[in-house]
Amino acid sequence: MAEKRKQILIADDDEDYLFQMETYIRSFGFDVIRAESQKEAEILIENTKPDLAIFDLMMERDDSGFILCYKMKRKHPDVPIILATAVASETGISFGVNSATDQQWIKADLYLEKGIRKDQLHKEINKLLKL
Amino acid sequence: MKKLNVLVVDDEPGIRSGVSRILNNFTVSYPFMDADIGFNVIEAETGEKAIDIIDSEQIEIVLLDNKLPGIQGTDVLDFINKNKPDILVMMITSYASLELAIKATNIGAHDFIPKPFTPQELKSSLENVSKHLFLRGMTKKMNKEGKEIRYQFLSVLSHELKAPLNAIDGYLRMMQNKEAGENIEDYQQMIERSLNRIKGMRNLIMDLLDLTKIRLEKKTERLENVKIKNVAQNAIESINPYAIQKDVNISLTDESNCELNADPSDIEIIFNNLISNAVKYNKDGGKVEVKLEMNNNKLLISVTDTGIGMTNEETKKLFNEFFRVKSEQTKHITGSGLGLSIVKGIVDLYHGEIKVESKTGEGSTFSIILPM
Repeated sequence: MAEKRKQILIADDDEDYLFQMETYIRSFGFDVIRAESQKEAEILIENTKPDLAIFDLMMERDDSGFILCYKMKRKHPDVPIILATAVASETGISFGVNSATDQQWIKADLYLEKGIRKDQLHKEINKLLKL
Repeated sequence: MKKLNVLVVDDEPGIRSGVSRILNNFTVSYPFMDADIGFNVIEAETGEKAIDIIDSEQIEIVLLDNKLPGIQGTDVLDFINKNKPDILVMMITSYASLELAIKATNIGAHDFIPKPFTPQELKSSLENVSKHLFLRGMTKKMNKEGKEIRYQFLSVLSHELKAPLNAIDGYLRMMQNKEAGENIEDYQQMIERSLNRIKGMRNLIMDLLDLTKIRLEKKTERLENVKIKNVAQNAIESINPYAIQKDVNISLTDESNCELNADPSDIEIIFNNLISNAVKYNKDGGKVEVKLEMNNNKLLISVTDTGIGMTNEETKKLFNEFFRVKSEQTKHITGSGLGLSIVKGIVDLYHGEIKVESKTGEGSTFSIILPM
């Protein structure tokens, strides 16, 4: 019996970025559910349980991604989350999810700067899905 | 002249009056300060009295003897650390109690003056302290006003500039890797989207230049008598092709016949932004009314649309840099989020006012009042 395809939730208010991510992730053989805003993503979190989620940091609010991480982990603590953003480290905003204090407040499993290469994205997703 | 309040706490009246005499006629000046600093001396003979004064008055510097009749100097220092940490404390200590002086600086005293001191020693100590206070005040002020705003601006700007770059970069990679196959027609949409994002970025850069121009406040360079009606008319003409596509009608009523002493490009930016917003955020078949009126020697410009309108919460943030109303209806409208902060910046330059009234689903009116 064929295993059910893994489902990945992507939330991003940039329609081009969303389209590109969706194209790649489908090409990796996953199903995609898309949300174009924090609000849409919140509804999806309440009603579905994806196998992995990728959230953009800045959507309606500057901290939309953080809020979505928090809500997802409260509802489904076992769903791995990638937090993606175009905010550059050179502006002084530097955070990761590697130190204990960061993990306390950023409820994401991986933090990615946007513009990631396709094969690298595939590798990171597989790692988080333990494939 | 700025005066710093210095509290002298010592049980010896001779020391207190000596300090008063020396400091009351002493001023400190630095080339980088626009005003000299003088001193106003207040005296306390016990620690208890000192605490009362510290509690009720604005004190900047405390000269504190440790050996006092009731509570000790270190107790007063402790109180200051807990309650008024901004006060700088100088311990007055005899040469014999170096150990105490070190202890005091360890628990928060800024410095110490060995007793007996010469007038010159006291003066140079106070000079150092006041320099320290001045620099601390400046740093605080700069941090509060400039750095935070600049930091926030840069982080958002970097996001706004990187987002289109990432999108275009992403599409180019997809084409490079032939993600949609060999046929160029299958990439048409990606090419169009890339061009669209480049256009958005170009607009953002133009807006940034406008914003920089306001920041530099160069407006006085090109002041002339500007016929407001002509500027409004030009703006309408340049936006009209777009308005026709959206079936939006723009009308202009001029009851002012006004000429304003201004930089014409500033007035142009105001009209371009307000009218293009009124068209962009309008419904198909909607209307835009531009009105010019005179009232009490002030020019009133109003732009009313029959567009999607805004909530109270949205109008509050409307003039913030990079703020954009995000909803299903605005999703496909491009903009830098800088237009209205630029308009607000210009209106401020001319000591005017800008107001907005809006109702969701019905439309908005932007009014600007400019003094003549």
